[in-house]
Amino acid sequence: MAAAQTFRVLPGFRLTLGYTLAYLSLIVLLPLATVFLKTASLSAAEFWNVISAPRVVASYKLSFGVSLAAAAINAVFGLMLAWSLVRYGFPGKRFVDALIDLPFALPTAVAGIALTALYAKNGWIGQYLDPLGIQVAFKPLGVLVALVFIGLPFVVRTVQPILEDLDTELEDAAASLGAGRWQIFRHVILPVLLPALLTGFALAFARAVGEYGSVIFIAGNIPMVSEITPLMIITKLEQYDYAGATAIAVVMLVLSFLLLLLINGLQAWTARRTGRDR
Amino acid sequence: MSAATTLNWTAATQTADRFESREATREAPWVKWTILGVSLTFFAVFLLMPLVAVFVEALRKGWDTYWSALIHEDALWAIKLTLIAAAISVPLNLVFGVCAAWAIAKFEFRGKHLLITLIDLPFSVSPVIAGLIYVLIFGAQGWLGPWLAEHDVRIIFAVPGIVLATVFVTFPFVARELIPLMQAQGREEEEAAIVLGANGWQTFWYVTLPNIKWGLLYGVILCNARAMGEFGAVSVVSGHIRGQTNTLPLHVEILYNEYQFAAAFAVASLLALLALVTLAIKTWVEHHAGSATPSREPRQDAAS
Repeated sequence: MAAAQTFRVLPGFRLTLGYTLAYLSLIVLLPLATVFLKTASLSAAEFWNVISAPRVVASYKLSFGVSLAAAAINAVFGLMLAWSLVRYGFPGKRFVDALIDLPFALPTAVAGIALTALYAKNGWIGQYLDPLGIQVAFKPLGVLVALVFIGLPFVVRTVQPILEDLDTELEDAAASLGAGRWQIFRHVILPVLLPALLTGFALAFARAVGEYGSVIFIAGNIPMVSEITPLMIITKLEQYDYAGATAIAVVMLVLSFLLLLLINGLQAWTARRTGRDR
Repeated sequence: MSAATTLNWTAATQTADRFESREATREAPWVKWTILGVSLTFFAVFLLMPLVAVFVEALRKGWDTYWSALIHEDALWAIKLTLIAAAISVPLNLVFGVCAAWAIAKFEFRGKHLLITLIDLPFSVSPVIAGLIYVLIFGAQGWLGPWLAEHDVRIIFAVPGIVLATVFVTFPFVARELIPLMQAQGREEEEAAIVLGANGWQTFWYVTLPNIKWGLLYGVILCNARAMGEFGAVSVVSGHIRGQTNTLPLHVEILYNEYQFAAAFAVASLLALLALVTLAIKTWVEHHAGSATPSREPRQDAAS
């Protein structure tokens, strides 16, 4: 392999790398850089005023709080679903396995109106919740439902391959030493799964914070109550307040970059813990 | 945001028997049935019911209403615009994905990990911001806005803006599928072809492409589904002009906001069908890729 590095046998290195860098810069990097350039047109005080306005702060609280809750719900139920798919045989398993990816394939606007139809007061699910005093659609709870839908496959698909590759000899050894099923899960299986589970949690959270299409239909978008942060950007844009929209975008982008670093770190941890290279 | 959308080569071949047949890896029946019951109920409520609701709501007012919503001229235009956006963005990102994977998987250079991270970047950016960045560049108040207005070129609130936003949000799909696949396959086969006298194009066409076809198809399918279904980014740049800059997801929104629920769900059912077809092809590809796994393994060993 050392020879191949010094004398490149294969052609096309300059062409493909050059094209990759040019296309990446033109479509992604330069346009994203304009966000930071545009914010520079605001003074520090103006920038702070925009990103700390009460309505915007309320939107952070909703977006981050509900995204965390949705990711946590997905971590629990996603793990149970992945466990069921790997460890148990049941009729319709292939169908369930294939449909797990539905949130990746179903356009978010379609998910949004479908969930609203289900959880409205007269909807299939909403009509049973309404007498109990639980209102989902057009409330923060509606945002939670949409974000749980959007994030579920991230947890299932990161945990599932790790569960499949799990070495059963460890469980045999633990069982032969007298450990109960719960002890084995808690002390043998969970430590191996933990990096992947956290990765899935972080992926679901990152996706939920930026999500727009599935949320706006069911959220009701009431100022200070059920407005998500991406909607604040849209609202500013509709008022032709480009600098204001950009300031909020910078806050979200910085968070996204931090999450990306965290996720990369978690994936490296997963790889070390399980010996997989991807 | 890898892992969650990448092709899992082993999934198709696994069975639950190896766990359920043995005492050490088996739970008590009541534990098993509780976990199964809870997780499948969760699946039914959060994934299955929304999907079923789309079709039920679409047909609530009967087939005539359903059909007339689909053949309305605004709907037909939205279908056309959605197909145009996908027909431009998918090939662009396909070519990019193959180039990026070739450069990254077949050669060594500094900054490779940074490059892989940057390629994934569009997945961690909110779709609303993806639309915003193009408004900042090409919009009336944007950097190039005055120049574009002078030359009578419209990008924002027009088709080019929709295509650009779609290209951005679907950017990583093919590349992120091919990079790990081609890295795992190494470069010995290609080097052998070159040494035997094949040129670069022949090497790619006859040696590389047959090895990566399933991964390529997988990436293209997911890329296409996102391209046709993107809402947030496209919504920012489109301006929502009926019959001009409305893609299918935006048309669903307009109908829904006008309380034409049956029509909105009728158009939405087209997109839901697209999602089902995507999942069907995806499952089929996983099956084929899974059965191709044994022949892949020796190569992986040879390359490492």
